This record gives sequence, structure tokens and C-alpha cells, in this order.
Amino acid sequence: MGEAPGTYRKLRLLDAAGLGRAIARMAHEIVESEGGTDGFVLIGIRTRGVPLARRLAAEIERTEKVRVGVGLLDITLYRDDLSTVAASPVLKKTDIPFGVEGRTVVLCDDVLFTGRTVRAAMDAILDFGRPRKIILAVLMDRGRRELPIEAQFVGKRIATSASEIVSVTFRETDGIDDVWLLDRETPPRAARRAPRMPRAPRAPRLSVSAKSPKRRSKK
Amino acid sequence: MTTKRGESPEPSVPRSPAFSRKDLLDIESINEDDIRLVLDTAESMREINQRSIKKVPTLRGKLVANLFFENSTRTRFSFEIAERRLSADSIALSAAGTSVAKGETLLDTGKNLMAMGPDAIVIRHPRSGAPHLLARSLPCAIVNAGDGAHAHPTQALLDAFTIRRAKGTLAGLRVAICGDVSHSRVARSNVSLLTKMGAGVTLAGPATLLPAEIERTGARIVTRLEEAVDGADVIMILRVQKERGGGLGFPSDREYFEVFGLTPARRRLAKKDAIVMHPGPMNRGVEIDSAVADGPDSVILDQVENGVAVRMAVLYLLIGASGDE
Repeated sequence: MGEAPGTYRKLRLLDAAGLGRAIARMAHEIVESEGGTDGFVLIGIRTRGVPLARRLAAEIERTEKVRVGVGLLDITLYRDDLSTVAASPVLKKTDIPFGVEGRTVVLCDDVLFTGRTVRAAMDAILDFGRPRKIILAVLMDRGRRELPIEAQFVGKRIATSASEIVSVTFRETDGIDDVWLLDRETPPRAARRAPRMPRAPRAPRLSVSAKSPKRRSKK
Repeated sequence: MTTKRGESPEPSVPRSPAFSRKDLLDIESINEDDIRLVLDTAESMREINQRSIKKVPTLRGKLVANLFFENSTRTRFSFEIAERRLSADSIALSAAGTSVAKGETLLDTGKNLMAMGPDAIVIRHPRSGAPHLLARSLPCAIVNAGDGAHAHPTQALLDAFTIRRAKGTLAGLRVAICGDVSHSRVARSNVSLLTKMGAGVTLAGPATLLPAEIERTGARIVTRLEEAVDGADVIMILRVQKERGGGLGFPSDREYFEVFGLTPARRRLAKKDAIVMHPGPMNRGVEIDSAVADGPDSVILDQVENGVAVRMAVLYLLIGASGDE
């Protein structure tokens, strides 16, 4: 997503090479902890869980010579904050071209934040059938959970303040592999060099991006 | 519904506009972006209808009132199924058995209903403009499920959805709409929608069943079915609406079938891969031959199936979010 209006780049969390290494490690960890690839499928949460799922699948195929099914999931219809947003969000297609019954579902997303997206995704998956188990793989875990949800496989963990935004971009969706920590712009004088400490969240701005914690249930 | 603060989870893609209206009353009052948004949303809804559990929690806690002052099977069931699949609570009211039968005016019925707090009212009414009347005086979303001979926007949207699924696009298609045009709200809404989206529409029917000033719709007008069907991508056959006096425009059903019935021979004048549509209920042997209605080019049952997805999309876009500034 890059730099959202009203924010500035504070710190690069992963560059393209780091991102690639993190995904490769996650793929190996998943296969190792599951004792192989038998009966498991990857489901990416739209939008940026999808490239993560595809790359995990590609890495697994490269090392294990096994093609693992990849599904796409849009969780909009399962959001718990729908009745608080002003306009119905645009839906994207859900495409899960396999049964989940009895399978191990590896749910993939770019950033784990409040956990609300994952809750919605689990409800959605259970409407498709009863998987043997669901495990969670995220590229970035930024903490600040609002539900008792944890990821089993994590690319990188970072503690964040409420005003910060973790911005993940993938080549497939945004043209570049990159992960940045963004923060809201503060008034000019106090800004930039101020010590990093949690600030009280400011009133939501119209221009702030989708990943802003005030306006979206995740990230 | 406002477009302000409409959020996009995907900043890399230009933000799609939110549905721009509080109500869905007719096609004239919505724009091309709205139409595209409904059709795209319906694609997602269609996927839900193919799952083993065909239900999502999206409209939990929302109340939809279905007010049907005129007979309907398809449309009413379609709306009810759409409401249930989105987990909305729905109540049904028909003219018989309610205070309408005791002489209550539409507006009073609406206001009393409003006091019970519905999020949307779906209304079918024999008088043109009835949904508009409610929309002007009630704060909830009003969905027109057919008003008199005026408009039937969800039918036009599901027809467009069916065409787009079969043909991939609407722009540039040649669509023949044939039959009892003057009594048909389906024809009116379809002409409006299809011309808006760049399709070329030809209307055909007996001169007695073509309304005055029909040229103003932007459609080409012919009085021979063959002329309309020739080279068409889509053939849409309209029902002869005997309950509205459609039967008075021609001498007999057999005569009508001879001249305006869609037979296999007439169907062959259209493109090889043309599709045949009918909004239902069909008068077999009057406006359409069973061999065509049940033939391989018929998408008539797809229309019914797609109706649920399109109505789910409309309800989601109208009342899924709070709509507050």
C-alpha cells in the first residue's frame, strides 16, 4: 500500500530479500510442524493474504515437489464492524476450489493486528465445512490484539503503538516487496525527531489509509 | 447512502464508489457505476449460493419488510431467499389480510410500518410511483419490486447480470426485446439499463402494444419480430400481460403466436450463440414456443437463479453499512 496520506515512513521492517527469506522459513516451518504436506491447503485472506499464500505454496512446491491448493477468501460479509462503516465495502470474490472438510487449513494474512479479521475468516471457513484444524500464518505480527487469537507461523514480530501502521506491499499487488512501519504525521515542530512513545490515538481522518486502526478492524 | 468515508481496503486500486442512493426505485436514478457495482457484488453473492451452507451473517439484526400489493411468486420468493441468505429478519405483508384491505392508505401503512423500525422496505404495487411516494416520506431504504407499468429495477439488473455472465460484457451487444412492450415495466427498466451500459436495444411488438413516444427511450423500434431478432445476441421475450389489458391488442392468442411467437425458425435469425430470455411467468404457445423456452439457448432458469444473487447485492449495498455520515 505504500505511504498513506497523512502518514510518514518511520522504519523499514523488511526489504524484498528479507521478505523472501521470511516466507521461505515460514514455508519450511509449516511443513516441518505438520509432518509433511498431507491434507493441507492454504487460504489467503484478501487482499494481501493471497500473495502470501501463493508464495508459501510456491516455496512448498519447490522443496517438497507437492502442489498445495490455494484458496482466496474475502471476509467482508463476516466483518463485525459492518454496521458502523458509512458505506458497504466493495466485495471481492471468494474462491475456494476445494473442500475444507477434514483438511488442515493454513490461513494466511499479511498483518496480524486486532485479530478481528482472523475471527471473521474462521467463521467464513467453517461455513465451507469442518476442517480438521485451522492454523494461522502471518507475515507480520504487530501485537495489540483485541481477541484471543495467535499466529502459529510468523515472518516477523514487532511491537507497535496504536497510531502506527504496518504497511506490507507485494510485487503481485503493489509492484514491490516491502514492509514499512508508518506513523501519523504530527504537527511540524514536534514531529520527526520526537522519541518513539505511544501517543493517544487522534481523531480519525478522512484521508488516512485503510490500515489505520481507527477505521479498520485489522492491521 | 453516502460516498464519504467509503473505505477501500485496497489503496493500490482506484476506489470504487459506494452505491450512491438511499433507495433503488428505477434504473433512471442510478448511474453506470452503481450498475457495475451491483453486478460485481452479485458475482460474490452468487458464490455464496453455491456453498453447502448458503448463508452469511452480513445483515444480522437488520429488518426487511416485504410489501406485496400485487401477485408475485418469483420476485417475492427471490427477495425472501436473498434476505435469509444474508441473515436479515424479514416479514411479509400482502394486501389481503392486512389493514390495506380495510382501506388504509399506502402512506399510512408505510408510516405505521416505519414505526416498527425496518431497515428496508421491498414494495411491489400496481400503481406506478408508489415506491417513490414511500421513499420520499420514509427514512429507510425502499426497493422497488415492480410498480405498475413503470419500473422493475431488480429484474433489469438480474437480466443484465445474466447477459453479462453469458456474453462477458453488455457494451456493443444487440438485444431484441419483443412482445407486449406497453404494459411491461421489465421492458422499460431493461431498455434504460442496457442503453446506459452501451448495448443496442431493438423493441418489437404489435403497434397496438407499443406505447406512445417510445422512441424517446433511445431504442430502435420495429413492428416485426423477425426484424428485431435478426443478428441479435440476446432475445428477450416479454409476457403478454392479460391482467393489464395486453390481450386487447391482438385478435387471439393463436394469431399472436403466428406473428410474434418466438419459434425455433425465428430464433435461428439471431446469432448462433444468442441467448433467449423471459422474465416469467411464460405463456407457452403465445409469446414463446416450448421448443425455444426449454431449448439449449434458453437462460430463463438462470435468470431466476441469478435473481437471488442480484437481490442480495442490492440489499447489501443499500443496508449493509450504517449509511451515516
